[in-house]
Amino acid sequence: MKSNIILAGVGGQGILSIAAALGTAALENNLYLKQAETHGMSQRGGAVVSHMRISDKPIASDLIQMGTADLILSVEPMESLRYLPFLSAKGYLVTNTTPFVNIPNYPEYEKVMEEIHKLPRFIAIDADRIAKEAGNARASNMVMLGAASPFIDIDFAKLEDGIREVFARKGEQIVEINLKAIRAGRQFSEENK
Amino acid sequence: MHKHLLLGVEAIGQGAIDGGMSGVYAYPGTPSTEITEYIQENELAIERQLHSKWSANEKTAYETALGMSYAGKRTMACMKHVGLNVAADAFINSAITGVNGGFVLTVADDPSMHSSQNEQDSRYYGQFAMIPVLEPSNQQEAYDMAREGFALSEETGVPVMLRITTRLAHSRAGVEYKPVLDENQLSMPQDPRQFVLLPAIARRRYKSLLDKQASFVKLSEASKYNQYTDAADKSMGIVCCGISYNYLMENYPDEACPYPVLKISQYPLPEKQLKKMEAECDSILVLEEGYPLVEEQLKGYFAGGTPIKGRLDGTLPRDGELNPDLVAKALGKETYVGIQVPSVVANRPPALCQGCGHQDAYEAMNEVLADYGKGRVFSDIGCYTLGALPPYETINSCVDMGASITMAKGAADAGLIPAVAVIGDSTFAHSGITGLLDAVNEKSNITVVISDNESVSMTGGQDSSAYGKIESICEGLGVDPAHIHVIVPLKKNHAELVKLFREELEYEGVSVIIPRRECIQRASRRKRNISRHANH
Repeated sequence: MKSNIILAGVGGQGILSIAAALGTAALENNLYLKQAETHGMSQRGGAVVSHMRISDKPIASDLIQMGTADLILSVEPMESLRYLPFLSAKGYLVTNTTPFVNIPNYPEYEKVMEEIHKLPRFIAIDADRIAKEAGNARASNMVMLGAASPFIDIDFAKLEDGIREVFARKGEQIVEINLKAIRAGRQFSEENK
Repeated sequence: MHKHLLLGVEAIGQGAIDGGMSGVYAYPGTPSTEITEYIQENELAIERQLHSKWSANEKTAYETALGMSYAGKRTMACMKHVGLNVAADAFINSAITGVNGGFVLTVADDPSMHSSQNEQDSRYYGQFAMIPVLEPSNQQEAYDMAREGFALSEETGVPVMLRITTRLAHSRAGVEYKPVLDENQLSMPQDPRQFVLLPAIARRRYKSLLDKQASFVKLSEASKYNQYTDAADKSMGIVCCGISYNYLMENYPDEACPYPVLKISQYPLPEKQLKKMEAECDSILVLEEGYPLVEEQLKGYFAGGTPIKGRLDGTLPRDGELNPDLVAKALGKETYVGIQVPSVVANRPPALCQGCGHQDAYEAMNEVLADYGKGRVFSDIGCYTLGALPPYETINSCVDMGASITMAKGAADAGLIPAVAVIGDSTFAHSGITGLLDAVNEKSNITVVISDNESVSMTGGQDSSAYGKIESICEGLGVDPAHIHVIVPLKKNHAELVKLFREELEYEGVSVIIPRRECIQRASRRKRNISRHANH
């Protein structure tokens, strides 16, 4: 198996918590992993991206080649579009629909959604609402991971284990909320893909 | 064997601890910061009481590390590429003094300038100082080189540079740990004059450094990190340095590369392998992250003979970091591009956080400076540099750490009055103090704004070494206490801030205004930590 995943968002939205859960699950499965992150200046509210590569064979490059990403997983709708050149012909785009508006020239929301709906394969999910229903609006990133999970070749139970490990030090209640969130996200994708 | 998921920088921190290091010395700078942070939080490092507190700047860090080496212990200094400019005096001379305990300098370069003013290539510094340079191609090598670098330094008698770039620094992969080595015992240098660079001694030591050069080449030729892989197609040989090796391999996922490949991760260049490639191949393609250092050298070695391709002849771009697509094009391979970015996508540059104190300072400054005209605010390196962008557009310069105060003084000397400097608390401690002394000594007509958020914020909220000392430093330098003002930058204090700026801009002499409010990111982290501890 081999998964090339682009994680996208805005500095401060915490895309690295998704990467951590996914990375932990990959290691648990004895898979190879490389994951390039954005640190530094862009973390101050700028566009951030992480290249995540998981494979059962050793991985050479830390960066994904253009046109070879199996999945773009974005926690913000406009950011999901920024990395389309990386998406492979068969790739899926999974994005949160809640915009993060911190620039004066943020485009009209309808135009952003229009571009997303032009894609052959996408999931657009209101992760904030689903996270709130699951018990905590801050679990929206785990809703997103759940929504992306049908397109990642890792056992869903291992992803749940990844969440248990990543959130363990925050207590059982937080673990449960995040597990509920990832399951809700997965269910949404199963029903809408 | 169990693998640990580590960033390249974390792998270096772990490797240094496992290599028997007794202390790390550093000033925060992207992409090098997390090496020291990792060591600060590592259990074994805490148990062994390894030094890991931040230094005031890269020069003090480097010199302190040299002192630890003098005393026989293993040590590491860490900095970003431009930080080595600050430490360059100590660095170049330390190649001549040599070391006692093993000394590894880790420098993190930032090609494509993700968080920097330039993309200078530290390998030139290594060549300039004439010391061995290690350049890992992956996280495991980063770990191994940090761990083994101390022994290499002790064997060669000089500091060893470990050079990484942003992509390796901030990418995670599984790393296997090796046995933990003991720290060195305290010991004096065998030659009591080794570190005394009086001309007569320096000449002798410099000659000994020159004499070692051939042995450094031999070490590179024998290094396990420099690998020659032969192949049938001799129309081209490929030299790849550090991480560029991965981009080459990415282009041959299911087959061996058809061309001979020389992977270089230890310098000076291994002459034997390069000569073999030159003799056997019709041309050589050089892949390197940074400046065309190897390409230039090969063009010199093989002048007029084998064609050398790379960044200088346009096979690869002259600037910016490499990636698998650029390497594919250089190999003449087809590349694929997904869907073009729709025009509706707007740029999202970094910005000051909502509620940041720098914003309140800039709002007040803009109101006052409107009466004087634009172009008179010199600034520095930090979050507040974002004040150059809309909506503030307050500042007119950002050059290097500390240049705000000195450039404002120079502009005032030229007649640009009033001239204003905006500098952060940590940058002031790093390199602003001496410039302020110059200004005080000449009673320069400048207003210095030390925008104090009690933290090194752009790099993630490290402790600022001038914390709690800024007013006393300014007074000690001779700034008139009547013209040192501390004010809390909040909306409700806007009128007071404006009044203060106006008064001090009119004052003919050095004044210092300190808008002081804790970085909101650091404050929220602090509160989260308190509540987490309260829960357990």
